[in-house]
Amino acid sequence: MAKKVAFMQGNEAAAHGALYAGCKFFAGYPITPSTEVAEVMSAELPKVGGKFIQMEDEIGAMSAVIGAALTGAKALTSTSGPGLSLKQEIIGYGCITEVPCVIVNVMRGGPSTGMPTGPSQSDVMCAKWGTHGDHPAICLVPASVQELFEETIRAFNLAEKYRTPVMIMPDEIVGHMRERIVFPEPGEIEVINRTTPSVSPEQYKPYDTKFGDVPPLAAFGSDYRFHVTGLNKMEDGFPTTKASIVQAEEERQVRKVEANADDIIKYEEYMLDDAEVVVVAFGSTSRSARFAVNEARKQGIKAGLFRLITFWPFPEKQILALSKKVKAFITPEMNLGMCTEVVKGCVAGNAPVHGIFRVDGEPINPDQIVDKMKEVK
Amino acid sequence: MAGRYEIRFSGAGGQGLILAGVIMAEAASIYEGIQAVQSQSYGPEARGGASKSEVIISENPIDYPKVTKCDALLALTQEACDKYSHDLKEGGVLLIDSDLIHREPQGNFKVTKFNITNTAKNEIGREIVTNIVALGAMVALTGVVSKENAEKAVLARVPEAFLELNKKAFNLGYEKAMAAKK
Repeated sequence: MAKKVAFMQGNEAAAHGALYAGCKFFAGYPITPSTEVAEVMSAELPKVGGKFIQMEDEIGAMSAVIGAALTGAKALTSTSGPGLSLKQEIIGYGCITEVPCVIVNVMRGGPSTGMPTGPSQSDVMCAKWGTHGDHPAICLVPASVQELFEETIRAFNLAEKYRTPVMIMPDEIVGHMRERIVFPEPGEIEVINRTTPSVSPEQYKPYDTKFGDVPPLAAFGSDYRFHVTGLNKMEDGFPTTKASIVQAEEERQVRKVEANADDIIKYEEYMLDDAEVVVVAFGSTSRSARFAVNEARKQGIKAGLFRLITFWPFPEKQILALSKKVKAFITPEMNLGMCTEVVKGCVAGNAPVHGIFRVDGEPINPDQIVDKMKEVK
Repeated sequence: MAGRYEIRFSGAGGQGLILAGVIMAEAASIYEGIQAVQSQSYGPEARGGASKSEVIISENPIDYPKVTKCDALLALTQEACDKYSHDLKEGGVLLIDSDLIHREPQGNFKVTKFNITNTAKNEIGREIVTNIVALGAMVALTGVVSKENAEKAVLARVPEAFLELNKKAFNLGYEKAMAAKK
């Protein structure tokens, strides 16, 4: 049978990706340019026995998502910059209580209300450092409608596998543009579900490290009763200030992601074999970069592209390895240098890093990148 | 068709230009079986303000989703014409509403003009189908998708009660553009 094909918007594809992953709960508050995610979820969730709630605000929405996810449901929210700022305290709560859930954040201009309909890539640092305290961070940055669909499934898989909130951040262009999408059959893409306890309710502890860095999670409200708090906690979930436990728990929570970076990090290499000038880009900007690489090659410039699909954890060792064999990096991004700074850190002075920054609501066009290539080659 | 063909529909917010672009892209992507990407840019206001919808059509995978050198431009308002005609390429197609645009961009373009909005308003009887009249005209002038496939894409997008209305709007736009084409 021929596969189902559609011409679809990125945000709609994100919602369908969530449904494919088995999402059964959505709570959100509408905001441009992410609202279509909520629209599709409101129409589709009731059909699969799920629940959609439009909450009073973003804080309430994030809290509802954590609550639903704790009871065993796969839960989603979607928002954009100002909403993401509001959600941050609760995202931190999700990190410390280790609740799997997914946040779709469609990036628009900022800070504050900024430019609601303009594209941006200026929330990537907010994905890592938006909520206070040390915590794990996983952030995915797809570049096409098909990839937004597939990466939303992966976002759920990573959330479930590592028991943590995961962010997926298309920029406004990727969220709003329409392309052809081919839907996979059920079962064609792997769907991961959280590990549930193998012990009896009496023996269960929600943060029992004898099962490894990612302890099994029971459904809250079932026979498994446990305590959930934003305070630093012991393995039974109750608060503690005991130094050795707090230190070990904080380290474990970050380690469960950082030690598995190779499993989480995904990227695409394009024309890197003999490349002398390498563009590091993500989201819609990586599409400008690919166009620019093709143009530059026609003009005899040995250009290549390293496209980030996972932004956090950052592919530090891949960039470091590249830095030892290329002449220069170019980092175009719709912000004032967030990815550029991270790349500079990875490169450790081995090669110069030239940023191209735009925050005027316009995409970085391929000519800008080609011009920079000519300048630095 | 060799390489990319870049089309921009522009006018004021609320005129249905995004939908016109979406239908053009669907005609290419779903019905012609070639590649298409549609994107848009609009202001925060619900109505008014300059608005554009861009469609890239190609036989090859499309990387950059926005216009680089515009092959064909529709302008339904003076503001949009002033704002979005700067990157229309030499010899490019320019379709403008003759009642609403009085300053044409300077350059060597294939200009076609007719009363697009008033055709919808007076001849079809519903101003709301201005975008479909314009779409029919752009299909005629660009030739990147067949008339049959474009019409299929239009009819797949509209509610049943409005099928005839839109079909009429699409065909009238197509015919008027053919007649007005230099």
